[in-house]
Amino acid sequence: MSERQKKTFVITRFDPDTDEVPKTESYEIEVEPYWKILDAINYIKDEVDPSLSHRWSCRMAVCGSCGMMVNGEPRLTCKDRLSGYGDTIEISPLSNFPVIRDLVVEMDGFMDKFNQVKPWIIRAKELAAEDGPMRQSPEELEEFKQFSMCINCMLCYSACPVVANEPEFLGPAAIALGHRYNIDSRDEGAAERNEVFRGEGTVFSCSYANECSEVCPKNVDPAAAVNQAKFNAVIDWATGLVISRDGKE
Amino acid sequence: MEIESISHDIVIVGGGGAGLRAAIAVAEADPQLSIGMVSKVYPMRSHTVSAEGGAAAVAREDDNFEMHGFDTVKGSDFLGDQDVIQYFVQEAPKELALLEHWGCPWSRNEDGSVATRAFGGMSTKRTWYATDKVGFHMLHSLFQHSMRFEQIVRYDEQFVTKLLVEDGVVRGVASLNIRDGVLRIIRGRAVILATGGAGKIFPFTTNGNIKTGDGMSLAYRAGVPLKDMEFVQYHPTGLPGTGILITEAARGEGGYLRNKDEERFLVERDYGVGTKAELGPRDMISRAIIQEIEAGRGLEGAHGQYMNLDLTHLGEEKIQARIPMVRELSKLYIDVDPVEAPIPIRPVVHYMMGGIDTDIDGATSIRGLYAAGECASVSLNGANRLGSNSLTECLVFGARAGRCAVDFSRGIDEGSDANLRAQAEEEVARIEALRNKRSGNEKISRLREELNTTMESGCGVYREEGSMQASCETIDVIKQRLADVSLQDGSRVFNTELIAAMELANMVDCAEAVARCAVVRKESRGAHTRRDHPHRDDQNFLHHSLAYYEPGSPPRVGTKPVTLGKWEPEERKY
Ligand SMILES: Cc1cc2nc3c(=O)[nH]c(=O)nc-3n(C[C@H](O)[C@H](O)[C@H](O)COP(=O)(O)OP(=O)(O)OC[C@H]3O[C@@H](n4cnc5c(N)ncnc54)[C@H](O)[C@@H]3O)c2cc1C
Ligand code: SF4
Ligand code: FES
Repeated sequence: MSERQKKTFVITRFDPDTDEVPKTESYEIEVEPYWKILDAINYIKDEVDPSLSHRWSCRMAVCGSCGMMVNGEPRLTCKDRLSGYGDTIEISPLSNFPVIRDLVVEMDGFMDKFNQVKPWIIRAKELAAEDGPMRQSPEELEEFKQFSMCINCMLCYSACPVVANEPEFLGPAAIALGHRYNIDSRDEGAAERNEVFRGEGTVFSCSYANECSEVCPKNVDPAAAVNQAKFNAVIDWATGLVISRDGKE
Repeated sequence: MEIESISHDIVIVGGGGAGLRAAIAVAEADPQLSIGMVSKVYPMRSHTVSAEGGAAAVAREDDNFEMHGFDTVKGSDFLGDQDVIQYFVQEAPKELALLEHWGCPWSRNEDGSVATRAFGGMSTKRTWYATDKVGFHMLHSLFQHSMRFEQIVRYDEQFVTKLLVEDGVVRGVASLNIRDGVLRIIRGRAVILATGGAGKIFPFTTNGNIKTGDGMSLAYRAGVPLKDMEFVQYHPTGLPGTGILITEAARGEGGYLRNKDEERFLVERDYGVGTKAELGPRDMISRAIIQEIEAGRGLEGAHGQYMNLDLTHLGEEKIQARIPMVRELSKLYIDVDPVEAPIPIRPVVHYMMGGIDTDIDGATSIRGLYAAGECASVSLNGANRLGSNSLTECLVFGARAGRCAVDFSRGIDEGSDANLRAQAEEEVARIEALRNKRSGNEKISRLREELNTTMESGCGVYREEGSMQASCETIDVIKQRLADVSLQDGSRVFNTELIAAMELANMVDCAEAVARCAVVRKESRGAHTRRDHPHRDDQNFLHHSLAYYEPGSPPRVGTKPVTLGKWEPEERKY
């Protein structure tokens, strides 16, 4: 076995049942060098303080549960290596979200944003199971593939300066998802979604900070999606104008 | 305070692949019905998300239902029910096509058709894939598609603690809102359990933290038997230490397994897999690895002995295009880039073939109660599941359970309010007592660890009477010690210690059913391999096992006939 090392975790605690405001608690534990941040938090929960609340499940960077601020940066903690940090590590709940308890944040608002972009295939005529799969070339798949990789970890919302000021902002992941369907060759719903995108608090609120793409643990590049979505929403609107001026449908 | 009661037509417990598919099926069967979907995590966190390799369904010219059916029967070591298997193979392509219509980004051939890959125990390429993040894409496609149905009302982060049953008919569930610690009654005229597997009863598993067998325990305690629980699938290739899965697709794409002498031992020695070699079924390959290690041909690592999964000959381009997650996971969790070096692996607990006993409709012995997905045992998988059949199973039988629950709900009244309230009040009292339990000598994490240890030592890849009996005895003791746990967290808000305590009790139920059924089955079949009874015994054991809950004592173990059909049991050799 490799050698254990001492590290101190300063963790933000808050229980609305008993606390007026958040406080911090320090835990000094011995860690294995190969651990991820999440391993240390789980160790604290199991062995030191079972009253600590946090979310996690897959521990393989795919379920999106375990986002937290690590030394002030939004990180996916089951992916984040301990070895990259010093002797003292600060852990707090994802910023830009209301806190429910300890490291657990309120995410219903985040979930509602997904519904707004109609993240499903829209077609004039629905297919039946018997019709079999549609065709889609590998190139058409490649168009949207990257934007379909989002694990809903919410790190980009924590990093986004617009979300910080304007909590209603649709935000990077939801826009990337709507855009993902817009550019899927099987979908015919772009007009509906572009209407959403042209509304208030969506693509045009983005200030090009690019923070979202920098923190994204899955290389979704939501900033690129927002840019493309912006462009498409404008073109779509302009074409709509031209068509209506021509008097055609 | 009066307990709040909410009513839906159909209540679904679970928001993974099976639960979401069931919800969509109900919504499509009758748009007037309201659906309550309760899940202890937000649906996209369900463990379906972690599935990597693919979903099986006949797609190619060189394939047919007969072949998929026979592969599945043989894979099950003839313990799969053949009517179920025939229905499954016919529905499979339709279900995967629907998923395509709903946006799943299946990988494609040049001509735009859906691509398929080879998988263990499958005689041709019939596993549909979306690189090696199939469960992730399936789950997100299903979840996103489900959002268009406003009649699906979600209860996210709510933990079902009890089924509310009255005179043999299920009337709803008691559900604890993890957010505020309040218990509610969620009533339904039919209830579908889709709560997933129970891999966390073992220490070394590919399963996530939430796979604690809750639904199995809920049904079991309500009187439904658990079926074929002794059959626990070990996947041959987990990363030492974490248990994170390296998908079978790595071998499907051409990877080799090698021992310390760099031999492809599946080719060099006879482990029953024949020319299938690395693409033999999981039970056989897991046994082969253990035998290689016992023969001194394992490699030594920080987490014990292991074998190598060699992908270096596949080249970076193929690895990146077909199995990018394999590369991502092994770089991240074991510091190996498979383009350059072999990946250390060892057999790891992966999947429960057993579960809640259901018929082909997903119906259980309690009227109105259905189950689908990994928590259920509809008897598709028998004694050994073929990789990539279970994602499809979630769809095929999730949908069927949904439709059958709709039919059932039409002819049934709502039941007695007073009776349900009385049951819910008992639940509130029980949970409050647990939350406030400060005295007691036992710690949840310690008991869980001891349960895990005994399951591994008694019910691992190879089993024998003595070690299984030892597990049974240890579990007896753990059951008693469970009453002596104390909790440190008294909060109502997001009390994960309280949830863990209840999950532990569920795990103990499942573990006990596994160990007790394993002892009784004195033969080797599929994933259940006994050193003291090394052969299959169709004379005495060609039947399912049923474990019935008995309060205060170990389960009663009974049997149920296997539905045979056109495929006669034969020696399982590849
Ligand atoms: C790493 C890994 C890789 C895999 N790869 C493949 C593959 O390539 N191909 C394949 O066919 N199969 C694969 N499998 C198996 C397959 O993924 C699972 O069998 C399947 O996804 C199970 O789906 P499910 O819907 O039954 O359960 P899950 O997806 O586990 O969902 C269970 C749901 O129930 C809810 N729940 C549980 N308990 C409660 C409770 N008490 N109260 C409220 N809600 C509750 C949870 O919140 C969750 O929403 C893999 C499995 C693993 C672990
Ligand atoms: S876009 Fe990236 S950072 Fe944002 S939620 Fe999705 S995976 Fe997380
Ligand atoms: S625990 Fe699932 S992403 Fe970290």
